[in-house]
Amino acid sequence: MWEKNPVLFLVLAFCAIMAGSIVTMIAPFATVNTEADRVPGVKPYTALELAGRDIYIREGCNNCHTQTVRPLVADVLRYGPYSKSGEFVYDRPFLWGSRRTGPDLAREGGKYGDEWHYQHMRDPRSIVPESNMPAYAFLDHEKIDPDLTRRKMKVLGFPCTEADIKALAGKTAMDAMVAYLQKLGNDDNWREAAVVEYQGETKKPFEDDATIRKAGRRLYLEHCSGCHGSDRTGSIGPDISDIDMEEEELFNLIYGGIPGSGMPGFSNLGADRIWKMVTWLEHRGDE
Amino acid sequence: MKFPAPAGQRKEGDMERPQYDYAIVRDFVHWSIFWGIAAVLVGVLISFQLVAPKLNLAPWLSYGRLRPLHTNAGIFGWGIGSFFALFYYVTQRLCRTGIWSRKLARFQLWWFNATIAAAAVTLLLGYSQSKEYHELEWPLDIMIVVLWVVFSVNIVMTIVRRKEEQMYISLWYIMATLVGVAVLFIVNAAAVPVSLFKSYSAYAGTNDANVQWWFGHNAVAMVLTTPPLAIFYYFLPKSTGVPIYSHRLSIIAFWSLIFMYLWTGAHHLLWTPVPDWIQTLAMAFSLMLIAPSWGSVINGYLSMNGQWHQMRDNYLVKFLILGITFYGLQTLQGPLQAVRSFSAFIHYTEWVPGHVHMGTMGWVSMVLFAAIYYLTPKIYGREIYSEKLANLHFWLVLTGQLVYSVSMWIAGVMQASMWQAMNPDGSLTYSFVEVLSKLYPYWWVRGASGIIYLAGVAVFVYNLYMTAKNGRAVAEAAA
Repeated sequence: MWEKNPVLFLVLAFCAIMAGSIVTMIAPFATVNTEADRVPGVKPYTALELAGRDIYIREGCNNCHTQTVRPLVADVLRYGPYSKSGEFVYDRPFLWGSRRTGPDLAREGGKYGDEWHYQHMRDPRSIVPESNMPAYAFLDHEKIDPDLTRRKMKVLGFPCTEADIKALAGKTAMDAMVAYLQKLGNDDNWREAAVVEYQGETKKPFEDDATIRKAGRRLYLEHCSGCHGSDRTGSIGPDISDIDMEEEELFNLIYGGIPGSGMPGFSNLGADRIWKMVTWLEHRGDE
Repeated sequence: MKFPAPAGQRKEGDMERPQYDYAIVRDFVHWSIFWGIAAVLVGVLISFQLVAPKLNLAPWLSYGRLRPLHTNAGIFGWGIGSFFALFYYVTQRLCRTGIWSRKLARFQLWWFNATIAAAAVTLLLGYSQSKEYHELEWPLDIMIVVLWVVFSVNIVMTIVRRKEEQMYISLWYIMATLVGVAVLFIVNAAAVPVSLFKSYSAYAGTNDANVQWWFGHNAVAMVLTTPPLAIFYYFLPKSTGVPIYSHRLSIIAFWSLIFMYLWTGAHHLLWTPVPDWIQTLAMAFSLMLIAPSWGSVINGYLSMNGQWHQMRDNYLVKFLILGITFYGLQTLQGPLQAVRSFSAFIHYTEWVPGHVHMGTMGWVSMVLFAAIYYLTPKIYGREIYSEKLANLHFWLVLTGQLVYSVSMWIAGVMQASMWQAMNPDGSLTYSFVEVLSKLYPYWWVRGASGIIYLAGVAVFVYNLYMTAKNGRAVAEAAA
């Protein structure tokens, strides 16, 4: 019967397709993004952040960067607390992505200082030599369109005053991009709350020797030289070539970072590797 | 070029034979190949951009803008373009009647090309909605809706006016494609425009993600599964000369396939904030999908009973059977990836492009190559120029595809292991960049595989060109 009647066939096919669609695609609207999902502190985008988000979309950043931290040990250690539904209520479109050619950015906000992002966007390999990210220096030469941004804020219903729009004058696409990146996952300032103190005895677990210093230097070049320079005289970050600190204090500083300063914590490297860096830093000049 | 009268076309005094329109089939084939070459070329370029970022030569030639161009040209230019050609061919033959409106089909050809060209330009300019396989901005979406309506009306009207009472399997898959793509595309396209080339999704956050991957995964169903199956079910029996093994099996496989597919989208969103029950349903239905997928694979294999020698001496069969074999592998690997525990390991790694390209370069393209070769006597009125070159084409694309997928699977497993590796004190063993730096050798291999595949496509195009130009005219009996 259905093999001989195209109209009947089309109706049946439509019904077969709609069954799963109704249950898994339409029904969830009843519960998702409702009050139950609310995450306190999540704010809509400001005019500048929204302009930056649209640059992120235009340049297709989501082709290489995800924006959702999974509730898995390795994800949480690497990127921060796992993502919750309520954090995305202002995201149109969502930008969770599907590939991590580059790292996840859901909690990028506040991880580094603005200067880090400006330089990294202009020339990624100047900070991360092995990076394969394209350079986006051209964003410096593009101005944000205040009128278009006003219209966007209106369409999305985000709070926006004329003063906000005025403040966009002279802002570049790069400024907008950095503002957006610094907002990501950072509305509740979790980084300050999440500064970890080392639990246990802060005592160097080994006597310093040439091998340890060598390992420390390698770790420094990999994790620190992007900001403090390979000779420790500083670039984005301060000159640390004549740093004079108790080793315990230095350890805690690297382990926990300095919130709000652009100096991230490196607790996820583990105490052992941080002690190696400390050992090398103490023997400054001893390359 | 002037072609001999295509076989099957009505001649003077031959009132019994329906008047088929093969010219439109030929022109769609040509344009789909044109867009297909663009897709492979861009694919090769972006694969090398990953190892040599200096190749991001200008803003409009940067990876982030070119990658959607690669997928759109491949899926919509080469894929859908070929399906238009082959659906028009198959529908006319199975209905024993010409296309309902030749003029509409002609209009559709140019509308299709205008849409894909506009897609290419706007993507390079950065006009994107960012949703995978649905990047094009709202004016382009409207063009696509027009394209699909025109096509659907022409196909359905041709079926309604058919001279053959029974609708063969391929027509079921064709009609399911028409309905499926329409529903998926319109729901996912909902957006509020703010300017000519900028819009915001009608859905927010988690809802948007769920709708998008309901679309995204079922684009795989309705664009990369049902159309090539329609083509496979028609061209396998035509190429081997023996019918499909089981009609009953094809009925079961068809209805369960189009019923089950729509539940599985959220397997792209395992471990994300999408509600757990949707993820669990997606995982369960993904595993269940093995049955209808393998229903078609087994039906294809059993149709080869007593005909396996044709794998040696019929190059069409070689393409078709390797194609359905990759479909079989794809539909085992896919459900595996849809299992939560395995997804936790493998998602977001290079494994996934390895998986996708087995489907696109292996399954879909292999079947399309076979069907287009089969059509040469019909659309050019000439026998294929060289079977040797067709065999060379086969081996080049097979090698290119295998090297691509296998290298990416190995890279993905390594990458996943390194991301998850932990020291005894609970810290991560490798930084993100350490893992990235280990991928470069695999990315070089992948780039090389793309060049091999591209060489295969070049042989294909040369062979078709020489066929059209110099092929031996088809003997009348072949009609």
